[in-house]
Amino acid sequence: MSSFNPDERTAQRMAGGQDRPDAERPRDPETIDGTIIDDPSVRPPLVLGDRDFHSVTETICGWAENPAPKWWMPAFLISSAVSGIGTLMILYLIITGVGVWGLNSPVMWGWAIVNFVWWVGIGHAGTLISAILCIFKQKWRTSINRFAEAMTIFAVICAGTFPGIHVGRVWFAWMLFPIPNYNYIWPQFRSPLLWDVFAVGTYFTVSLLFWYMGMIPDLATLRDRALKRLHMKAAVGPIEIALGKIRAFGYGFFALGWRFSSRGWLNYEKAYILLAGLATPLVLSVHSVVSFDFAVSILPGWHTTIFPPYFVAGAIFSGFAMVLTLLIPARELYPGMKDFVTARTLENMCKIITLTGLIVGFAYAMEFFIAWYGGNVFESEAFIIRAIGPYWWAYAIMFSCNVLSPQVFWFKWARTTPWFIFIVTIFVNIGMWFERFVIVTTLSSDFLPGSWRYYAPTYVDVLTFVGSLGIFMTLFLLFMRFLPMLAISEVKNVLPQADPHGHHGSESGDGAGEKNGKEGAHG
Amino acid sequence: MAEPRTDAPIWGMTAEYESPAAIYHAAERFRDAGYAKWDVYAPIPIHGIDQAMGLKPSKVGWFVAVGAIVGVSGGLLMQWFMNAFAYQINVAGKPLFAWEQFMPVTFELGILFSATMALLAMLTLNGLPRWNHPLFGHDRFLRVSDDRFMIVVESKDPKFDAEATRRLLEECGGTHIETVVEE
Repeated sequence: MSSFNPDERTAQRMAGGQDRPDAERPRDPETIDGTIIDDPSVRPPLVLGDRDFHSVTETICGWAENPAPKWWMPAFLISSAVSGIGTLMILYLIITGVGVWGLNSPVMWGWAIVNFVWWVGIGHAGTLISAILCIFKQKWRTSINRFAEAMTIFAVICAGTFPGIHVGRVWFAWMLFPIPNYNYIWPQFRSPLLWDVFAVGTYFTVSLLFWYMGMIPDLATLRDRALKRLHMKAAVGPIEIALGKIRAFGYGFFALGWRFSSRGWLNYEKAYILLAGLATPLVLSVHSVVSFDFAVSILPGWHTTIFPPYFVAGAIFSGFAMVLTLLIPARELYPGMKDFVTARTLENMCKIITLTGLIVGFAYAMEFFIAWYGGNVFESEAFIIRAIGPYWWAYAIMFSCNVLSPQVFWFKWARTTPWFIFIVTIFVNIGMWFERFVIVTTLSSDFLPGSWRYYAPTYVDVLTFVGSLGIFMTLFLLFMRFLPMLAISEVKNVLPQADPHGHHGSESGDGAGEKNGKEGAHG
Repeated sequence: MAEPRTDAPIWGMTAEYESPAAIYHAAERFRDAGYAKWDVYAPIPIHGIDQAMGLKPSKVGWFVAVGAIVGVSGGLLMQWFMNAFAYQINVAGKPLFAWEQFMPVTFELGILFSATMALLAMLTLNGLPRWNHPLFGHDRFLRVSDDRFMIVVESKDPKFDAEATRRLLEECGGTHIETVVEE
């Protein structure tokens, strides 16, 4: 792993940096923290602040162990109140029927499907970061993968809510699953809507397994720290002791008795890379299947072969934007997080956003080209109506947010300034929501102009969507409070001290021990 | 049980090392000495430690392969049974079992079963979940999850000898050599 030249040069650079601190590294805490290096032969450090294993453990576990930051409780109360409103809206829908939404005769699918596709798309970043970047050995992913995977799971929970409730009679939702029943009726497996059930269900399960398996060693670390505190009798008072016991039991239960044995790590690493390999085609397939919901129909504007790749690119685009939307404030609010989530990490993510934004822009252009080139009058009309029809404003928002706004990342200042990245990611989130809205409202102008109708949401639509944001934030705040936010063992593994062969080559594995010996020993 | 009971039988012997490099070389010594029931405990998966310990490649892949075969064939069989056999839906006279339409669900189920098997195989092969273990009673062991590296030799090992093992642990740089008792 260290036989490549760039690593060695970085190691030398870092070793040199200890003697002459900050001599050659420009350090500006706001923007460039020394990790933005234009020379491609130098690998920037992945973790800053001269950290050793112990300080990594202390910092990351500290976020979950110390009392909650001041902003946490207000944020939690607000987001759970918002999710409560969403829940009430869902209850109202179930009691009354889908008529409470703004659906009408040609537009039978409204915000529910828009929200579903938007949330599933957001959910793509987590598995992409954990799986695809893992396979490509992009080590900068270690500081954000846990965070992004958590976001994925919560986003898919929000996504799954909408198809669940938009079936109208939710007490029949079980008919989506192949369950033996007294009518001897089975699901129709030739329908993309059923493929969706399996794709999203598999995606949720595999993402959860991946997230959980990655977290087992870190939960064990938290368990051991809780146990140690109990043994040291650091806690005072019966309440604190009881809480300590609950922590030790809770983390211990989910750590499953993980003992950090190398025989265990061997199976663990194998399982992890296999899960990454399995999740890679999965993440690409899920949004393809979601796009089949539209593409397999015979409606002009939906029935196009470009949909699967275009949806996948859009999903990655929106997912990365959402990760950054959450990551940038967290990076400011949690002390020490900037050492792990470096400016380089943010810059890399901005570059992926620009790339996928360009792919999405290309897809928009190609749709129009094919609509014209294909010579189908219904299709070309559908696209003209999309761009300059009654929903021109949605198309304009979509196009400017998705295609134009990420282009600012061509400028170095833009992609290395966190507050600015944050604003752009908000635009991308909005733009991607409108992309789905534009696709769904294609329904409002169908084949017969006599049946065209404008679709507008009701307050129930709006509040249900806002409520889903509340559910997402509530779950995310709980995650930030109680679980290891960064992958502790993976972050340790990218520290220079983790290399058993010292900083020089890995040919023989001999004679490097004394050089490296001093480093793991602090603390 | 922070205080070790003196009357309980010895479960194993532990020694601490300071760095991945130090424990890597110690592991090579134990491998060459022919120990079988021993392990290296480390907060990270040390790169190449399987060779230093002389471990065979992990068997997780075989379980995943089984999961993939079961998922794919079971998924296809289920769809054939439900749509082409038990509850036939005639859509415009199209064939009841056209395999193309059953591919997405077949694929997803293949992934679902393989991924589940990956986790289950990892847990089974590691003997997890197991919430109690003699090592959890050893206070120094709790630092392994933070920044310590530990070699543990079980007393069940045929080559285990309180004196000789202790000497070997010391020779390859181990500190805090302690015995762990049965729970």
